[in-house]
Amino acid sequence: MIQVKNLHKSFGKLQVLCGIDEHIKKGEKVVVIGPSGSGKSTFLRCLNLLETPTEGEIWIDGEMINGPRVNVNQIREKMGMVFQQFNLFPHLTIIDNITLAPIKVKKMSKQDAEKKAEELLKRVGLLDKRDAYPAQLSGGQQQRIAIARALAMDPEIMLFDEPTSALDPEMVGEVLEVMKDLADAGMTMVVVTHEMGFAREVASRVFFMDQGIVMEQGTPEEIFQNPQNERTKEFLSKVL
Amino acid sequence: MGWLETFIFEFERTFITGNRWMLFADGIRVTLVLSLFSVLLGLLIGILLALGKLSKFKLLQWVCDLYIDVIRGTPTMVQLLIIYFVIFASINIDRQIVAVIAFGINSSAYVAEIIRGGILSVNKGQTEAGRSLGLTGTQTMTHIVMPQAIKNILPALGNEFIVLVKETAVIGYIAKIDLTAAALTVQAKTYSYVMPLLSIAVIYYVIIKILTILLRKLENRLRASDVR
Repeated sequence: MIQVKNLHKSFGKLQVLCGIDEHIKKGEKVVVIGPSGSGKSTFLRCLNLLETPTEGEIWIDGEMINGPRVNVNQIREKMGMVFQQFNLFPHLTIIDNITLAPIKVKKMSKQDAEKKAEELLKRVGLLDKRDAYPAQLSGGQQQRIAIARALAMDPEIMLFDEPTSALDPEMVGEVLEVMKDLADAGMTMVVVTHEMGFAREVASRVFFMDQGIVMEQGTPEEIFQNPQNERTKEFLSKVL
Repeated sequence: MGWLETFIFEFERTFITGNRWMLFADGIRVTLVLSLFSVLLGLLIGILLALGKLSKFKLLQWVCDLYIDVIRGTPTMVQLLIIYFVIFASINIDRQIVAVIAFGINSSAYVAEIIRGGILSVNKGQTEAGRSLGLTGTQTMTHIVMPQAIKNILPALGNEFIVLVKETAVIGYIAKIDLTAAALTVQAKTYSYVMPLLSIAVIYYVIIKILTILLRKLENRLRASDVR
């Protein structure tokens, strides 16, 4: 479903990604871990072209997405993204936050879009916040809304960029819970996170990234119980 | 004569005699209409200029920069005179329209800088969130970035509007139709400066006061989403 070939990205002279070759299949839940500055977020942001790769190819569903003459918006429709800072639209109510893209991009009627949004709100347990503004919600609630907003576009893939890093500790659980439900429902997910517990429980595969490459990968058992790479061992000894 | 009699006498010959109050009423109307259309034109051109300056196209950036530079670097009055006596010299066109064009162009340069600042003040994550949902760049700008930018810059825009209302007084150089011109017309008939000039000062003040209150109301309404 996602095929990454020889992906490089540099910002000026700074090399952030130094050649990534990966294949992520439909329904897989890939959790990306690694130290800060290892290129995890940049890798994720390249997948929906929020960053333009300097070199290499990204294929989604058999279509190369970083070539010339590609409709970037159509590709992004297939991929939902959840950000560390939530990035809800502060001037819109919760329901309008969720229905904006379906109405404008998918040309859904307001009625249908709202019906769907209400179902999603129910799914993340926040139907009572329908007409609130983002500033009236806690961080955990905002992030759950952000997930609902991404799901409203019926994405085939969900990308999570450190979704719990900006949250108070007691709110992390509610967001991870929503993500687990999503994983159980069969969604293809790529998650950058520091939540090792989540990685263990939900991941079908774990990538350990450092110095701009995927240093080691495997099932959660392989990575957490029997890491082969020295850098992986060193990193895990610090965070576990 | 006591001061009260003097006041009544002055008031009468400024406003009552020959229905001169109508001159003032017309003047207020012209000043308001002129200000309103000028600010709308200024806003429209200003938004385009701001988008031009923020675009990726070097040539467009350069043209917008030059425009803003020239307009900000020359007096409003000179611009008005050039537009009326040079650019529209041979065309028979309503002087009010000329004035709207001149004031609109003048205001747009200032508005452009205000709007550019407003757009840059919106967090980059907002654009990324919009684009990641599949919205186009234009849709993201109109539905997500601009509404937030406008809210942030409303005080500065209101200030620009207020400046513009007062600036329209220089229209007297091409047509004697606005509020200031009304005072001068009456003065020419009564040979007394005091009452006409003090009166228009009060009228300008009241207009601006009302505007300020309306703008504050609008601002409060737009801030509804900030309430915690």
